[in-house]
Amino acid sequence: MSEAVREPPLLEVEGLARSFGKVSAMEDVSMSVRAGEVMCVLGDNGAGKSTLIKTLSGVHLPDRGRMLISGEEVRLKSPREARARGIATVYQDLAMVPMLSIVRNFFMGAEPMKGFGPFRRFDLAAADAIVRAELDKMGIHVRDTSEAVGTLSGGERQSIAIARAVYFGARVLILDEPTSALGVKQAGIVLRYVAQARARGCGVILVTHNPHHAWLIGDRFTILNRGRSQGTFSKEQITREELIQRMAGGRELEELTHELGELTRGDKRLAASRE
Amino acid sequence: MRSLFNRPELGAACGVVAIWSFFSLYAGGSGFLSWAGSATYLEIASELGILAAAVSLLMIAGEFDLSVGSMIAASGMTISLFCERLGWSIWGGIAVAMALSLGVGFANGLVVVRTRLPSFIVTLGSLFILSGGTIGMTRLVTGRTQVGGLHQALHYGSAEAIFASRLGGFSVSVLWWMGITVLATWVLLRTRFGNWIFGAGGAPDAARNLGVPVPKVKIALFMTTSFCACLVATFQAVKFTGADVLRGTGKELEAILAAVLGGTLLTGGHGSVVGAAFGALIFGMVQQGIVFAGVDSDWYKVFLGAMLIVAVLVNTYVRGRMVEARR
Repeated sequence: MSEAVREPPLLEVEGLARSFGKVSAMEDVSMSVRAGEVMCVLGDNGAGKSTLIKTLSGVHLPDRGRMLISGEEVRLKSPREARARGIATVYQDLAMVPMLSIVRNFFMGAEPMKGFGPFRRFDLAAADAIVRAELDKMGIHVRDTSEAVGTLSGGERQSIAIARAVYFGARVLILDEPTSALGVKQAGIVLRYVAQARARGCGVILVTHNPHHAWLIGDRFTILNRGRSQGTFSKEQITREELIQRMAGGRELEELTHELGELTRGDKRLAASRE
Repeated sequence: MRSLFNRPELGAACGVVAIWSFFSLYAGGSGFLSWAGSATYLEIASELGILAAAVSLLMIAGEFDLSVGSMIAASGMTISLFCERLGWSIWGGIAVAMALSLGVGFANGLVVVRTRLPSFIVTLGSLFILSGGTIGMTRLVTGRTQVGGLHQALHYGSAEAIFASRLGGFSVSVLWWMGITVLATWVLLRTRFGNWIFGAGGAPDAARNLGVPVPKVKIALFMTTSFCACLVATFQAVKFTGADVLRGTGKELEAILAAVLGGTLLTGGHGSVVGAAFGALIFGMVQQGIVFAGVDSDWYKVFLGAMLIVAVLVNTYVRGRMVEARR
């Protein structure tokens, strides 16, 4: 029983539910993440992924269910509180101001200060040094940290957002569709930094609808469907094909394959009759 | 070199040099270059510049305040009425006007962040409410639309020294303008609050997720623009020893013009207080330079409007380069 001996997971949720007015966005979601692992939360559009993210990061309080950080039950009332407890979220929209420099974006909302009283000010020199060191540690190369974030590619921006979260003491890193808007090469860059973060001991929750990217990096997989978790599988327990099947809700995908097959056969018959 | 080229105020700085050279050439002989001539356009620029400093901060945070013009009328009239009707010390009148302006700014900000309506609409509403309220109240109390005699108010001398004296021929408001520009620039570029201003305007949802109190930042900035309007009203009331219900009309748009000339983005997230100061300076030089050049002063707005469009085109181009530069 190695499970019982191991430390409690960094973050664990049980039976989370949340509705908005009459619409139930999340009905029964359970999952957990341990230090140094990538937990992929997979689901189609409307499966409850973004509601889960917002609940984990303190934007929404759940209506029902428990949330435990290192075994201790908590209620996160604000993103600030979540951050203070080591949960950092990197959102799909990158959470960056395009016209603002890398340094200023990196420290947005958590600026290092110097000076006293009315002369307390943003310590830009220190901030710059930290950013250079952190990007270097993650193996990210930018020409100039005072450059506007808007000049960077999507992959670079994601990577900087990840470096930022890791720097601010994230023990749990929640990534919202980090690869969805990216090409294959850019997605590769981002996944490499996800692996870096894992190697540095973070528990990574990677939320995505792309099972191919998830398969590349994930250690365990939780599948969401219509606001309910459909079970958690480790990489040894499941194949990529099964993962895709379960994600799409199994039978629906089968029906679709069947239907498309019929259509192709129909086309062939039509083409044959024309000849 | 690149970073110099990317500075938002660069265009406006070039504009200042160009406009100054132009009028020096065409109107230098007729008084533009004289001590008194410079003092005139600097005085115009200083009052607009104080407004533009606050307005540019607010615009960087992604909001507009169209009520600053009527706030000038309301504040000036508040000071005058309290002194003339109630015999208060002028400092009492100024204190009441400042409290009123902070209250109006707070209300503007609160309505904007709570309702999530565009601030353009909300402050357009407060423009009409304030301007109508000022006219209505003034007529109700005095039966007129102008109130004078502020120089007879208690402690007028000390207020005059601070708000309306002249130093070597220059209006003291120029000093205020410089001070406020330096302070606002420092806040924007060197404090945590300044970074939050950029965040609130450039990516409000992102900033909120990172723990930036976006509503508080915006409310504080609405209070600042309103307060600066009150400050300008104080200069004018003390200088002209009275108030007029129409004073300040159109200043809200002039302040936006100065901010945009200075490279501030209409959609927020980018801009400069120094640029806004340059914008105000351009405004003052054009308004006064045209008179010195012997052209009917009715035409200065045509000139400014054309400059505004050129400035926006240049800024858009530079920003495009800045964000697209490397792909």
